[in-house]
Amino acid sequence: MSKTNKPHSMTETHTHYCPGCTHGIIHRLVGDAIDALGIEERTIGVAPVGCSVLAYNYFNLDMTVAAHGRAPAVATGLKRANPESIVFAYQGDGDLASIGMAEAVHAAARNENITIIFVNNAVYGMTGGQMAPTSLPGQLTQTSPNGRDVDLCGLPVKVCEMLSQLDGPAYIARVAANSPKNVIAAKRAIEKAFRNQVEGKGFSLVEVLSSCPTNWGKSPKDALKWMDSTMIPYYPLGVYKDTSRREIDS
Amino acid sequence: MQETILMKGNEALAEAAILAGCRHYFGYPITPQTEIGAYLSKRMPEVGGVFLQAESEIAAIHMVYGASCAGKRAMTSSSSPGISLKSEGLSYLAGSDLPALVVNVQRAGPGLGGIQPSQSDYMQATRGGGHGDFRNIVLAPASVQEMASLTQRGFDLADEYRMTAMILSDGTIGQMMEQVTLETPVPKLVEKPWALTGTGGKREKNIVTSLYLSPKELEEKNLTRFARYKLVEERETDYEAFCMEDAEICLIAYGISARVSRNAVSAARAKGIRAGMIRPITLWPFPSAALKQAAKTVKHFLSVEMSMGQMMTDIELAVRCTRPVTLVSHVGGVIPTPEEVLLAIERAAEEAAV
Repeated sequence: MSKTNKPHSMTETHTHYCPGCTHGIIHRLVGDAIDALGIEERTIGVAPVGCSVLAYNYFNLDMTVAAHGRAPAVATGLKRANPESIVFAYQGDGDLASIGMAEAVHAAARNENITIIFVNNAVYGMTGGQMAPTSLPGQLTQTSPNGRDVDLCGLPVKVCEMLSQLDGPAYIARVAANSPKNVIAAKRAIEKAFRNQVEGKGFSLVEVLSSCPTNWGKSPKDALKWMDSTMIPYYPLGVYKDTSRREIDS
Repeated sequence: MQETILMKGNEALAEAAILAGCRHYFGYPITPQTEIGAYLSKRMPEVGGVFLQAESEIAAIHMVYGASCAGKRAMTSSSSPGISLKSEGLSYLAGSDLPALVVNVQRAGPGLGGIQPSQSDYMQATRGGGHGDFRNIVLAPASVQEMASLTQRGFDLADEYRMTAMILSDGTIGQMMEQVTLETPVPKLVEKPWALTGTGGKREKNIVTSLYLSPKELEEKNLTRFARYKLVEERETDYEAFCMEDAEICLIAYGISARVSRNAVSAARAKGIRAGMIRPITLWPFPSAALKQAAKTVKHFLSVEMSMGQMMTDIELAVRCTRPVTLVSHVGGVIPTPEEVLLAIERAAEEAAV
C-alpha cells in the first residue's frame, strides 16, 4: 500500500524540484496515465537533459537518459527495437524546442508511435534561468537581462502550432499545470497520448505549460497567476491535431 | 552455409551484419559508404529487421543508442564528416556502457574535404572520438573479406565488453569489388540483464545512464570501464605479421595502405632487402607489444598511412623511440603507390646499412 497514494508506476522518492515547480504534478499525471492503462510493466521512459534529467528516480519503470535534445531519437530506437514496449520521452523546452528541434520534428513527421511529454516553462531551468526558445517577448532571463528583445532574438517557438502543420503526427495538444481545472484537462490529454500509442495510432505530443518560480523570480502563487495572465494567452491551450477525431468525423 | 561471391566492400559489410544477427540499422547518406544503407534498405525488411534513414547522423547514432538500450544488436555507418557528428553519441554510448557497431568508411578531410579515400580519422577513432575518457575497439579491414569478418567480430566484441566497436575502413576498401566468402557465424550470446525491456513486473527497474553527479561514483565508473579496456588490450589485440622473421625494415600499415605496402615488401624482398610488415588489425588496442618485440631486431620502421603521421605517434610510443620511424604518407585522397613505398624502403635500408 502506497504511503502517499502515488501511482504504482512511481517511486516514493521525494523529487528534487524547487518549491512551486509543477514538474511534480506533471510526473504524477504521467504515472496516473500509465497506471490507468495498465502498461507499467512494458513502459520505458526517456529522460532529457534539463531539470527532469533525474526523472528515472521518480518512476518505477525501465528508463534511460538521452543526450540533450536527442530523446525522440533514443525513443525511436527503443520503440523500433521492441514495438511491444510503450516508450515515452519527457522533455523540456530547451531540450525539445532548441537543441533537439530536428529530432522532435522528424519523429513527428514519421508518425513514430511514441509519446512525448513536452514541458514548457519558458526558461532554461537547470542551468539557472537563461532565455529559452519559448521565453516570451520582454521576459527577463539571465541572458536577456533587459527582457527578450524580439528584434535581437526573434520570437518564441510555438511547438504545437508548428508540429500540427505536419501530416505525420496523430495527436498534438497543449495543456497547463497551473489550476485544478487545467490539471484535469492535462490528465486527460496525457492519458490520451499514451492510449494512442497502445492503440498504434502514432506520434502523440502533449505540451504542458509549467511554472518556474525560481527562475521567473516570482512566488509560486504569482507564478501560477503569470501563467494565466501572460503565458497562456501567448500559448493558447487546446487540441491542435487529433487524427482519431478526424476518423470519427468521417 | 558458405558461398564465395564477388561483392563490394560496403555491401559485404552490410550482409555480414545481417548474418551476425544485426536487425537494427540507422543511418544517413554520405559518400563513400552509401551502399551500406542502400543494401540494408532492401535486405532488412526481408529478414524482418529495421532499416531507418534518420534525419541526421546525430539522430542515427542516438537511435542506435535506443535500440542498444533495448538489448538489440544495432549499427550505424558513415564517413568522416558524419562521424564527427556522431561523436556525441559515441561518448554517450561509452558513458552508458552500451554495445554498438559504428562504421567509418573514411574520406579525406578536414571539413567537407573530398570523397576520395583517406585514413585521417585515426586519432579520432583510436582515442574515443568524443568528450570524456573512453575508447572504442577499432578494427581495420584490409580486404572485402575482412569488411565482412571484422564486422561480425565487432558485434561480438561490442556485446562482450559493452562498448562500441568501430570498423575503420576507407573509401577504397568500401568501394572495391573482391571475392568474399560470407559465413553465418554463431554469435557469442551475451546475457543483457541491464536491457530496457520493461520490468515485466518480474524485476527491479533498469536504468541506463551516463549521469553520475557524485564525483566518487563517476570516478569509480571510469575506473571500472578502464579495467575492462585493459582486458580488451590483453585479449583482443590483433595484427598480421608479413615477412617479419628476419625483417630489418618494418612497415606498419593498415587498410588500403597495407595492401600497397605488401606489394612494396615483396618487391623489396625480390631485391634482397629484408623488409617486412606488421599490419594492425586492431588499431585500438594497438599492437604495441608486437612492435616493441620487433624493435629488438628491426633497424628502421616506416609508417605508411594516408594521414599526416597520426599512426606514427603510436609506433614511436610502442618502440619508445628506440628506432627511427619514417613517415610515408599521402593525404587528401591520394593513395601511396608501391613504387614510392619501395623507394622509402630502399632509403631506409641504405641508412640502416651505414
